[in-house]
Amino acid sequence: MVSLRVTISLFAAMLLVAAGAGAQTPDGAPADWPEPVPDLDFYGMLLVDQFEYRATNEEDLIAWEVAGWYGGDVNRLFFKSEGGRRTSSPTAGDAELQLLYSRLILPFWEVQLGVRQDFNDGPGPDRQRTFAVIGLEGLAPQRFVAEPALFISDEGDVSFRFEGTYDLFVTQRLVAQPRFEFDLAFSDAADFGVQSGFNDVVFGLRLRYEIRRELAPYVGFNWSRKLGDTADQARDEGEQVDDLSFVAGVRFWF
Amino acid sequence: MTDDLDGLTRRTFVQGALATGVLSGLLPLTPAYARPLVGPTARVSSGAGSSVKMDLILRPERIEIAGDIGSVMTINGSVPGPLVELYEGHDAVLRVINHLPNDSSIHWHGLLLPFEMDGVPGVTFPGIPPGETFEARFPVVQSGTYWYHSHSGLQEQSGVYGPLVVHPRKPDPFAYDRDYIVMLSDWTFQDPHRVAARLKKRSDYYNYQKRTAIDFLKDVGSEGLSPTLSDRFAWGNMRMDPTDFADVTGIAYSYLMNGLHPEGNWTGLFKPGERIRLRFINGAAMSFFNVRIPDLPMTVVAADGQNIDPVEIDEFQIGVAETYDVIVEPRDRAYTLFAESMDRSGFARGTLAPAEGTQAAVPDLRERPLRTMVDMGMDMEKMDVGVMEMESGKGMSSHGPDGQGTGDHEMGGPEKGPGPIVARHGPDHHGPANTSVATVQRDRLGERGRGLAEVPHRVLVYADLRSPEPREIRPPAREMELHLTGNMERYMWSFDGKKFSEVKGPIEFSYGERLRLTMVNDTMMEHPIHLHGMWMELENGQGDRIPRKHTIAIKPAERVSVLIDADAPGRWAFHCHLLYHMDMGMFRVVRVS
Repeated sequence: MVSLRVTISLFAAMLLVAAGAGAQTPDGAPADWPEPVPDLDFYGMLLVDQFEYRATNEEDLIAWEVAGWYGGDVNRLFFKSEGGRRTSSPTAGDAELQLLYSRLILPFWEVQLGVRQDFNDGPGPDRQRTFAVIGLEGLAPQRFVAEPALFISDEGDVSFRFEGTYDLFVTQRLVAQPRFEFDLAFSDAADFGVQSGFNDVVFGLRLRYEIRRELAPYVGFNWSRKLGDTADQARDEGEQVDDLSFVAGVRFWF
Repeated sequence: MTDDLDGLTRRTFVQGALATGVLSGLLPLTPAYARPLVGPTARVSSGAGSSVKMDLILRPERIEIAGDIGSVMTINGSVPGPLVELYEGHDAVLRVINHLPNDSSIHWHGLLLPFEMDGVPGVTFPGIPPGETFEARFPVVQSGTYWYHSHSGLQEQSGVYGPLVVHPRKPDPFAYDRDYIVMLSDWTFQDPHRVAARLKKRSDYYNYQKRTAIDFLKDVGSEGLSPTLSDRFAWGNMRMDPTDFADVTGIAYSYLMNGLHPEGNWTGLFKPGERIRLRFINGAAMSFFNVRIPDLPMTVVAADGQNIDPVEIDEFQIGVAETYDVIVEPRDRAYTLFAESMDRSGFARGTLAPAEGTQAAVPDLRERPLRTMVDMGMDMEKMDVGVMEMESGKGMSSHGPDGQGTGDHEMGGPEKGPGPIVARHGPDHHGPANTSVATVQRDRLGERGRGLAEVPHRVLVYADLRSPEPREIRPPAREMELHLTGNMERYMWSFDGKKFSEVKGPIEFSYGERLRLTMVNDTMMEHPIHLHGMWMELENGQGDRIPRKHTIAIKPAERVSVLIDADAPGRWAFHCHLLYHMDMGMFRVVRVS
């Protein structure tokens, strides 16, 4: 039995060697020639879309929104992070990190699957949550960048988030970017300040100046408001329900 | 013939070598043909032909280019490389000596030769490793204006290109006293691989001529609110940008004429009364040019190296990798050679002058053009929104069914309108690698290059090109259709929605067969499509005198067909000649067997 396996392995190896000797590309060129065009090259990008100081009517924040990808034309690995740190206590704040596999499925749309990890550092108890992510990212008609995503937490809570942005070129370098976001929960997660229904809505407007395409300082405002039962819970806990902050920051990528 | 290489004309490169060693950084290192030469003719082009043996030495150097010092890849010490002059009916022995740090290659663009000499790494040979030499040895079986360039990576963008002229066995059927190369190209100080990466990350990176909110307000003022909104809505709905005329623009490029930027002002001298042959070669990586010589009509006598019946015009658009030969008869004054990039973000410029130091006014760049719904392949009959910037009228194609290119040369006024709809797109939209399709496909061979519809003078169109001699045009035995596809948002470029690495095996031609290749441009930009090793006979309505081309600039939403004699066995490259489109996989291998 063993010897039979060895024989088969040897035979297979000989076949491989024989194939290798006269190996050709599908075009008929010798297999050891280089590819004529490097169309399988990978590219990568890191976009720090927001890196800003938020002057709020509570505590000021340093906030960020970052996305990076690496891969080919169709399949890419993504990571996304957003969050804020209080300027008064830099170890305190919220952060979210997503790691995603992304695949182009339609000319303007890629589907993204992966995990999301939330970090919520004091004051109060440190709370962490992990989610599965099923999302889309793409360019909608009228050139809105849209990112709808469904999240399923490790406790089975299901929520949905929609983010949309639009780049309005005022001049060739001055770009106004309105941003709209809302969260929708399908179940209560009171420990995390979330009640089912529409949780919150965010609207932002940032005006950036592209010194280079890669580097653009900006100013703007960010307005957010908690909604429904989530807002009620926040009120009960003495938190603010809406927040208007002025922001100044820099957008950059490489 | 191939073995008898005694008495070869050996051309060495004293000027290039001297310049490299001695003058580096002090003078623009232009090749010899780019320097003004005084005398009855600028170049020797008469006399008995001979076989030619020549060395092309590729080197990385830092030289003065476009008004600064740049890291370039030179050929024999200059950018562009030296003029390669060959003689029809004799042999060429061209040795390419690679002193670059990477593998290299030289492709002889437009020449018919054994495929092993064609210089495409991975297709016809393995490439030339650093320090090695490749000898291309082939009989020269044609004449005319061509060029050569690296087919390795993005080296062409870094300077590995030059002009190539084949002198005819029988004199050309037109007279001239002086003969100049006018090689157009685009140069950037940015690393070409970074250019590619930037396009991949943000495909509008180099477009600083977008339509802005301020333009919107202006258009509301001039066109009214409703038409302006409809127009913006239509473009927004397609997720396309009507200002997308060039992926890389004058923001990054200096446009060169014979290696000199506009301030360098390449100058060709002449004596009043002379007829001058100008051999325009578009050796740019990414740039189409609109070429004119204000106040001086040009008579086009050859396209892609092949003589045509003379056509007098005032302007022509030259796609990447095309060549046009024109005859001009300047009076006793200076003239500006003006080659505006198609997107009008910059220009190359030179001067024809009766004496050194004289020059003519340099025109302003014209307003940047806009794509139209015709370019998008939209069915105008079915559109329920008004769209601005439409080219006026609904006239017929200017080349009629009688096969005679009528053009509009008598009048020289604006164009009548888009060509006729000849087909509609099928249900296959080519997958996620392609964003749009030409729902209606037009015959646009009678149309001017995009952006020239409104210019008030005579513009060359493809329908004008007519071979001087009739040929037996055999009907094709086989038909093929290929679509030009792309996804601008992700900077993907392909044929039929598939890039090179995604197709298994070559496009097969049977040796000796004649076939019709129909190409449909589903994208909203021009693609100069180049077939190596065989002519494409452009079916432009000229009957038995249809022209032969090596590169065909296909307009957006255009359906165009060519006839091909598969008479050259071997593996041949077939690709879009926009360098970064080819790099992204808009490439195929054609195998003739």
